[in-house]
Amino acid sequence: MGHGGGGALSAELVQHLFAPAFGGEVLAQMGDAAAVTLGGARLAFSTDSYVVRPLFFPGGDIGDLAVNGTVNDLAMSGARAAYLSCGFILEEGVEMSAVARVARSMGAAARTAGVEIATGDTKVVEAGHGDGIYVNTAGIGLIPDGVDLRAQRVVPGDVVIVSGEIGLHGVAIMSVREGLEFGVDIESDCAALGGLVEAMLAVTSDLHVLRDPTRGGVAAALNEIAAASGTGVVLQEGKVPIPDPVANACAILGLDPLYVANEGKLVAFVPREHAEAVLDAMRAHPLGRRAAVIGEAVESHPGLVVARTGLGGTRVVDLPLGEQLPRIC
Amino acid sequence: MKYIEEFQDPELARRLLDDIHATVTRPWALMEVCGGQTHTIIRHGIDQLLPEQVELIHGPGCPVCVTPLEVIDKALEIASRPDVIFCSFGDMLRVPGTGRDLFQVRSEGGDVRVVYSPLDALKIARQNPGKEVVFFGIGFETTAPPNAMTVHQARKLGIRNFSLLVSHVRVPPAIEAIMQSPSCRVQGFLAAGHVCSVMGMGEYPELAARHQVPIVVTGFEPLDILEGVRRAVRQLERGEHTVDNAYARAVRPEGNPAAIAMLEDVFEVTDRAWRGIGVIPDSGWRLSERYRDHDAEHRFSVTGITTREPAECRSGEVLQGLIKPNQCEAFGTTCTPRNPLGATMVSSEGACAAYYLYRRLDLAPVRGADPTARTTPLEASPVA
Repeated sequence: MGHGGGGALSAELVQHLFAPAFGGEVLAQMGDAAAVTLGGARLAFSTDSYVVRPLFFPGGDIGDLAVNGTVNDLAMSGARAAYLSCGFILEEGVEMSAVARVARSMGAAARTAGVEIATGDTKVVEAGHGDGIYVNTAGIGLIPDGVDLRAQRVVPGDVVIVSGEIGLHGVAIMSVREGLEFGVDIESDCAALGGLVEAMLAVTSDLHVLRDPTRGGVAAALNEIAAASGTGVVLQEGKVPIPDPVANACAILGLDPLYVANEGKLVAFVPREHAEAVLDAMRAHPLGRRAAVIGEAVESHPGLVVARTGLGGTRVVDLPLGEQLPRIC
Repeated sequence: MKYIEEFQDPELARRLLDDIHATVTRPWALMEVCGGQTHTIIRHGIDQLLPEQVELIHGPGCPVCVTPLEVIDKALEIASRPDVIFCSFGDMLRVPGTGRDLFQVRSEGGDVRVVYSPLDALKIARQNPGKEVVFFGIGFETTAPPNAMTVHQARKLGIRNFSLLVSHVRVPPAIEAIMQSPSCRVQGFLAAGHVCSVMGMGEYPELAARHQVPIVVTGFEPLDILEGVRRAVRQLERGEHTVDNAYARAVRPEGNPAAIAMLEDVFEVTDRAWRGIGVIPDSGWRLSERYRDHDAEHRFSVTGITTREPAECRSGEVLQGLIKPNQCEAFGTTCTPRNPLGATMVSSEGACAAYYLYRRLDLAPVRGADPTARTTPLEASPVA
């Protein structure tokens, strides 16, 4: 299971098993979406499968997750998603009303994100061979001229910005999946980030890299960027916006909010001279109101993310290994 | 619940640190007993902020780390059975037994479930009367009462298909064992606050007096740790050795009488093997005769398991505070959280994992250390 957790095991699976087997050069970009040129147009192309349990959770469901997740993967290349495909794998016996609810939710999310679900496929597997509803979506979108978002573009001095409060999606899922009550309702932050990215690119097309910190959280996103760019990252722990309910839930479960999944947030590496203007533009957008500078790229400790703790100590923020496990005490 | 932020306040931390710096006149070695405290210390960089003269030695209080290999192997064997639903706290799933872990058992088809409370496992037993439901009851005095309560409930409600695989351990005998070790350097203890919130402080005055060490009952947030250190250092500088409660918001001197009564009803004290250390007399609990029906070891007669730890692994010395994790030749090379040789590298509360995860930057493994020049570990008795 750890190989699907978005951590070190996932990365190894792609690098050591899939990439050599598939060949091809584009895969080596290792971004959330591939940037390809076709007939003179620069396209972002991405796919993702959604196997979330439960299907319906506070703040969203597998349907809008499947739309927003792929829209966001494209947005991280600077592309506005244009068309999505939708592949359903349904388990025999699943309630038709649940399928209808998911489909309606996908339609609504697509309209909000300004993307069209243009093609699809449905398969049904025998009872016991699935988990109700699995969804795969793939998407394409145009990358605007002059936009080149890649981890390799990060240079020491870049400012690291997060678009808002972290950890909401992961804690919302955990609260319903495990029947844990944290005394407050925590809702997933599931949202499409295309509009926020457009607002940022309107300030400057010279953003270096964007990443949506889903599985593995902000820690995984920063580690991937540090490794791919060969720069170090220093994170100011006290500046990371963590909502109280997330902090409390993580304290109870012995988890670190930096590793908890998000579904409507992005992490940006921005050249220092543009940081303030980009931050203002983000804060003016509904999905970036709580945007904050959380750190910077540095020359020292290349490939490593180091946190300055609230007390003034330092620690390494590692790539999560597999799934985060609640601690015993 | 605004507790978290308040107990991490940088301004208050600075004041406590200033006070410690002003108090210290010579080197002192303190042991924080609990793995949760180790985790806080390393995660927040507290060890980097203390005066150089104050050395923190990491104790054996990580229940995941000290659960003996043969108990893990018993868990793996029981969890592999087709008639069993095996329930555990999450962090036990990655602890390597001989050759595999509970994750692997699950991927091979075993029904292994992560629960957040033993009562959840009891609920699963009620819902699955055709299955044997086993809960992995490990941990210190903190996790023992809810496990005792669950077994008590199972018996009261006549839920026969529920049993407990028990490997509970107790802190005071471990402190005693550490103090008796010939190579012990510990001059004062930060006792585990949550253990004392259950058991009270009654067992400590005698230990403090006999070994002439201050014992400060300490919490787990950064400010708690700093306050514990401050009080321990103050005692050491004055030549005192009393038991002090720096965690009064959670710990009453008498502890939690209801929990203690439950423990006395369901468990009995027994010798217990600690992974990496060996058998410590009277340092554990097992189910008492009255509750033997709910003892998974009896029910599944998992016997004849022999285990062998990797020879390279020096986690026993780490658990006793005899060496720091990075003084082990395997640290960060042949032993990482990805491929742990011993349990101290598995749990994030294990000192080795905490050093690896948070301290890699300033710690190169100590190369060329002479493996023959080992410190003397506790006399490990053969495991019965």
